[in-house]
Amino acid sequence: MHNMNMFSESLKMAISNIKNNKMRSFLTMLGIMIGVAAVIGLVTIVQIASDSIMGEFSSMGAGTLTVIAQGTSLKSGLNENDLDKIRNIDGVDAISPYVMLSAYVVVDNEVYKKVDIEGDDVSYFAHNDRIDKGRCFKDFEMDGYTQVCIVDKTFIEKTLKGKNPLGQIIHLGGYDYKIIGTQKENNALTGGASDKGDSEGNIIIPYRNVNRINFSPNVVNLYVYVKENADASEVEKNLRSELKRIYNNADNSFQIMNLESLLNVMDTIQGMLTTMLGGIASIALLVGGIGIMNMMLTSVSERTREIGLRKALGAEPIRIQIQFLMESVVLSLIGGAIGIGIGCLIAFVAAQLMKAKFIVSAGAILLGVGFSAGVGIIFGWMPARRASKLNPIDALRAE
Amino acid sequence: MEQTKNEEILRMTNICKDYEMGGEILHVLKNVDLTVEKGEFLAILGPSGSGKSTLMNIIGCLDVPTSGHYELSGRTIADETESALALIRNKEIGFIFQSFYLLQRQSAAQNVELPLIYAGMPERKRKERVKEVMEKVGLSDKMDHLPNQLSGGQQQRVAIARAVANNPSILLADEPTGALDQKTGQAVMDLFHSLNDEGRTIIMITHDRKIAGHAKRIVRILDGIISEGDVEDA
Repeated sequence: MHNMNMFSESLKMAISNIKNNKMRSFLTMLGIMIGVAAVIGLVTIVQIASDSIMGEFSSMGAGTLTVIAQGTSLKSGLNENDLDKIRNIDGVDAISPYVMLSAYVVVDNEVYKKVDIEGDDVSYFAHNDRIDKGRCFKDFEMDGYTQVCIVDKTFIEKTLKGKNPLGQIIHLGGYDYKIIGTQKENNALTGGASDKGDSEGNIIIPYRNVNRINFSPNVVNLYVYVKENADASEVEKNLRSELKRIYNNADNSFQIMNLESLLNVMDTIQGMLTTMLGGIASIALLVGGIGIMNMMLTSVSERTREIGLRKALGAEPIRIQIQFLMESVVLSLIGGAIGIGIGCLIAFVAAQLMKAKFIVSAGAILLGVGFSAGVGIIFGWMPARRASKLNPIDALRAE
Repeated sequence: MEQTKNEEILRMTNICKDYEMGGEILHVLKNVDLTVEKGEFLAILGPSGSGKSTLMNIIGCLDVPTSGHYELSGRTIADETESALALIRNKEIGFIFQSFYLLQRQSAAQNVELPLIYAGMPERKRKERVKEVMEKVGLSDKMDHLPNQLSGGQQQRVAIARAVANNPSILLADEPTGALDQKTGQAVMDLFHSLNDEGRTIIMITHDRKIAGHAKRIVRILDGIISEGDVEDA
């Protein structure tokens, strides 16, 4: 049997028929177009958003435990002894205490009262990409007596009036500090400390220096960085026991957050959201498919005489069926392709608005194409079958 | 002159066709015997309701008889599948209809090409053949015209070109001049004559005595019964 010929000729006839009826073909495709655009657009937006958020979190290091140790009325925060004990837990790579406070800063004899001071450890910078120009702290600068700092763009604009900050001396909390580096801008999604409207900037100094400014040697917030090949949940367990020991099993004395489990939750949510949106958008596809079936039935009805003639000239039933099936599949694929284009456009615009990176998963596109073809075949089947079964004599006699 | 017996192309023996209508059985064709030789020009003449259309459908393998024996080009046409009948039609029958039945959105050449596509002919050969038959009917310059750009007579000639494209055993024409005026009808009949002179077998169904007169042999049908008629003067 001349199968290849049958398919290629049916394809040519299908395309020719579609071209001859541009308006009707367009209306038929509309449902599929909207359905696929919705599926692709929504699923891609969800993916972009969560990838962007997860990207930021991931860069902070999976394998980071966040500790908030508010302590008890007897003992507030963690002292250097406690921190050493935590450093020595099996699997802990480094720890970075994190302190925030406000202080007066004097620059060129001007006093600035609304500057945020942030205290970090040198290990913090290995897990957080904060440095723009210059450098971060060195190990020997963590002794608590070395006055070095890293300033952000708001501070440079408001106090240094755009002068080159590196090497400048500012007066902070009663001491002279040298600026050794500048901070990068914060990401829109994760935000940062100096996003508050009236803040005059953010300065990072070694965390032990903060404790000299506000006379409190104890640390409440702590990042614990887990070694690469260690098990984060093991370390979390040991950390929990250690903290319990420190606070004598007092209730509500501390909290440990495992970023990894947060990321897993995000992953699950993304999955659920995608499925749900996909399901909703699929309803649009269903409607589109019904539209195709409707159109094809009308088409078969209108072309009854033509079908009768083709059969009289020697077209077998299967040939007629393939011809009409081809038409519905081609219509669906074209509609699907346009829908994919529109969907990507929507996602692109959304990505710009979210200031996130625009990515399109090949999987989503394949899904769009697959759905279109599937809809074309499923909803075109019945009309095509009906056409193939027409009695040529009756068909020729039809109006 | 000695009558040489030509090869038989069609033989129908005891053909009956019954239809069921509202619980009753209608005998549309009753014990029809018909033999056609190769190269004949036959007219089947009968009024409407005589069963001539049903007879044509059976000859053209569009329908199967209720009982009886039908042989076409040495092949028995019995209760075959729709696919098998389609293939037979494609190879053996060239249909010509009263209302031409051209595909309106395809050019004349594309219309003529259709049976060749169904026959599985490769593209290059198809184009050649289409050119050949369009020349034969005198419409080489109208290949790319759409049917609505052609006159009735021209459309029927395209239909004739389509009918002979696959070199079928018989041309089966149903009231071929019914939709044409006298003059154009005459031109179509002239074309039939020239095709018959080439050796093609033509079977024409009509209710018009004058048209039937163009044929070399007339068979009359009335109430499902066949009888041989004389070739009457036009």
